[in-house]
Amino acid sequence: MFLRKRTITTVGLAVLLAMFAAGCKKKVPAPPPPPPPPKVEAPAPKPAAPTVAQFSAEPSAIQRGQSSTLRWEVTGEVTNVSIDQTIGVVQSTGSRRVLPNDSTTYTLTATGPGGTTTASATITVTVPPPPPPPPPPPPPAKTIVERLSSDVQDAYFDYDKSDIRGDAQAALTQDASALKSILADFPNATISVEGHCDERGSAEYNLGLGDRRASAAKDFLVQLGVPADRLKTISYGKERPVCTEQDESCWQKNRRVHFSPPQQ
Amino acid sequence: MKRLAWIALAVAGALAALSGQEKEKATIDIIKPPGGHKLRIAIPEFRGSGAAQSFMGAFNETLRGDVKNSGVLEVVPDTMYPKTIPQQPSDFRQPPPVVETPRSRRDELVAPPNGGGLWMTDWSGPPVTAGYLAFGYTAVVNNVLVLYGYLYDLSRGTPANAQVIGKQYLASSVDDAGARQVAHQFAADIVTLFGGKSLFGSHIYYVHQAGFRGPKEIWAMDPDGKNQRPITHYSSLTIEPSVSPDGSKIAFTSYTKGRPAIFVFSVNPVRNLGFYNQDASMNAQPSFTPDGKQIVYSSTAGSSGQLCRIFIANLDGSGFRPLTSSRFIDTEPKVNPKGGTIVFSSGRSGPEQIYMMNMDGADIERLSEGSGEASNPSWNPDGQHIAFAWTRGYAAGQFNVFTMDVASRSYVQLTHDEGKNENPSWAPDGVHLAFMSNRTGREQIYTMLADGSQVQQLTHDGLNFSPAWGQ
Repeated sequence: MFLRKRTITTVGLAVLLAMFAAGCKKKVPAPPPPPPPPKVEAPAPKPAAPTVAQFSAEPSAIQRGQSSTLRWEVTGEVTNVSIDQTIGVVQSTGSRRVLPNDSTTYTLTATGPGGTTTASATITVTVPPPPPPPPPPPPPAKTIVERLSSDVQDAYFDYDKSDIRGDAQAALTQDASALKSILADFPNATISVEGHCDERGSAEYNLGLGDRRASAAKDFLVQLGVPADRLKTISYGKERPVCTEQDESCWQKNRRVHFSPPQQ
Repeated sequence: MKRLAWIALAVAGALAALSGQEKEKATIDIIKPPGGHKLRIAIPEFRGSGAAQSFMGAFNETLRGDVKNSGVLEVVPDTMYPKTIPQQPSDFRQPPPVVETPRSRRDELVAPPNGGGLWMTDWSGPPVTAGYLAFGYTAVVNNVLVLYGYLYDLSRGTPANAQVIGKQYLASSVDDAGARQVAHQFAADIVTLFGGKSLFGSHIYYVHQAGFRGPKEIWAMDPDGKNQRPITHYSSLTIEPSVSPDGSKIAFTSYTKGRPAIFVFSVNPVRNLGFYNQDASMNAQPSFTPDGKQIVYSSTAGSSGQLCRIFIANLDGSGFRPLTSSRFIDTEPKVNPKGGTIVFSSGRSGPEQIYMMNMDGADIERLSEGSGEASNPSWNPDGQHIAFAWTRGYAAGQFNVFTMDVASRSYVQLTHDEGKNENPSWAPDGVHLAFMSNRTGREQIYTMLADGSQVQQLTHDGLNFSPAWGQ
């Protein structure tokens, strides 16, 4: 601006000199009209700063994890619009979906020849209570072998007999509950009801006696509600003793019904 | 002298009366040869020419053993034999004509002249006093082991008339096995002449278990315990073998498919012939009918599981029908080799006893006397005697082997105070029995004569059960 004033003054002076030079050689005419005042450009009127017609967040209150939409409209002479919180430079008019984790105030800055305008919009983020923790994983399930071993006991018989005597009735009654539970937990399994004998009778006869013991035990269990098609009887006669001493204590241990997973 | 004889007779009579309860009929009928008392045979050690000599230990052991075991001849011990052994007919010499017994000046008897073994009278006279002489030798001829075997009837006076057997036997290999083979054949020829039946070529099938609670398989061996070899390889519990009358097949029970089921195999070659098992918790204890075309067995089929009945079916298991209907345990059916009846074990009257019925399952009668437990019945080929295991006189489980004459129900105890003795099985000669005994602490298989004598242990390794002796 300063420079322009000097230039105007210099040009004005030069014009005056030129006019005096031309007038001095002849008679003195009537004085010319005074020169028009020098043309001075009026400075451009300073423009207004941009106007933020709108800058809002909709909705303004959310729960963590939800989104909100920023809308803005900037009018006037705009050269640059930007929004903070990593949104950056944007168009003058627009909208943006945001997912703030916490309550956030967004500031819009609009810049133009007339200046800079800012506006802000706040999203309030409430944190919902945390979901309840997942329940602890159940302990690793026992195999059917472990369940049979721990929950189902053998039943014992008198010599050369397959009757279910008193103590065997009690044992098999408990076994019925345990077996029903096991069979429910293992829907594809069948359980072997093994019949065994002590070592005294002939091996051939004992094969038949062991079978009768297994059948008698199975019938008893079925009457207590254990599904019949899930129990399979097998006799081992005297082939699989649990002890070999030749005394009544060992013989009694061998005269038994035992429960095991079926062979493949 | 005479008085002593009378006293001896009286004592013997008293002893016989005391031994009283058991009737001797059963035994004597079985093994007494037609003549009345056993004939004496001398069997000197045979020698082998050249390379053959190394196999003669096996040869002599087999020849002597087979003849002795036949039960029809008494083999004179070789401590009595003369010094020189003839090996071929031309070795024999004729004694000079009889002269007065020479006497020394002091009137002492001088030993009569003898041929040192080359006179027939050296063998027929004392101390050998044999009725027959077996002699010969072996040689390797053109890479074949040959036995030149002779049997002389010493009553015939001269070698020219005495020959009863004069034969070459050719072995299929030049080794101990070949030597045993020709010894078996020679012994068979000898024994047959005296009404005996050679066991050569028969087989004992049995259950072998390498160690306690290990798998059980069916094995086979020769009647002298040689050539023990496995037949099945199921690595399971495989038990209860029986043999078809012609020896071509065996049947047995196996857990290989889970529950006890019946299998029928040919033995030469070893092949599964297939058997239909009824849907049951137990199909077991198969045995053959005399014509070999049907199987009788024990099964829990067709019941709620409380019944263990005897069935009869075709060889492949088809066409089955029940023979018994009791609500107790009927097991171990065995058809009479002469047909018509079946013996079996049953718990129908309490502890197991032995019963007999006809082929339709009718006319059931108890054979065993009723005390203790009686099981494992086995028919003699004569169809008139059985052998079985019985606890009579002992605690439960302490079985001994007995024989019984079925018609009279008289019985004889063959084993005494020697552990458990079970599963007797008659040999095809009707004179020998195989059985299982745990007298040494572990179950092993033995043979003996039908009078309980000549007990021989055939197996030694692992545990061995349930012999079934067949052709």
